[in-house]
Amino acid sequence: MQVKHRVYNNTLYVLLSGELDEHTATTTRITLDEMFEGKGFRQIIVDLSELEFMDSTGIGVLIGRYKKMKDKNIPIYICNPSSHAEKIFKMTGLYEIMPKII
Amino acid sequence: MKKPINEMIVKLKADSVNERFARAMVASFCVQAEPSLDEITDIKTAVSEAVTNSVVHAYPKGNGWIEIEAKLFEEKIEITISDTGVGIKDISKAIEPFYTTKPLEERSGMGFTVMESFMDEMDVSENVGGGLRVKLVKNFEKKSKLAVGE
Repeated sequence: MQVKHRVYNNTLYVLLSGELDEHTATTTRITLDEMFEGKGFRQIIVDLSELEFMDSTGIGVLIGRYKKMKDKNIPIYICNPSSHAEKIFKMTGLYEIMPKII
Repeated sequence: MKKPINEMIVKLKADSVNERFARAMVASFCVQAEPSLDEITDIKTAVSEAVTNSVVHAYPKGNGWIEIEAKLFEEKIEITISDTGVGIKDISKAIEPFYTTKPLEERSGMGFTVMESFMDEMDVSENVGGGLRVKLVKNFEKKSKLAVGE
């Protein structure tokens, strides 16, 4: 599991690559929290175009980040989910708190 | 009763490092029946959910095992994932969406809901001798042309 990021135009872009499951969740959580602690952005876009697999553990990771950023008033958006990830997002209602933008 | 075209039983340590192997193994196993890519992804996800459940909940003190049994038929796969851990006191409550016994660990509580939605049948029961047993069935849309022994 790899997490890359860059800040551009007041936006933190995060690219998740690989497989997000119970085994990779803790490291992903820590990495994202470190990135989200940074400054210079007012919104976050999580790009899932390179995410090869995700189960409901991934939903827990994303909801946890949402709760932390909600306190700072920083919205998180999802882009480029696979059809499979999309199915899980719709089922769990994740888009209601992290809207899909592309 | 119809005979499976293939069968497997694998026993793994209840360790999260084995989740990827478990789902990839079952996905590879079912390829013989020529399921669609969507069906393979559904199976991988459901297996990952069931194995995660055992890894996270079954053995609070560690050192447990998970058994994966699969029977492949021309038109479906039956997968049984079981452990000999602490089990679940109230199974009907546990399979409700968003139910989790570990809210502080950022669990979504959607594992069984995902399994149920991605598969055609799900049966959760107490394992003989203790622990949990999850039986999952996925029907393949396009029947395999393979016959037994081919």
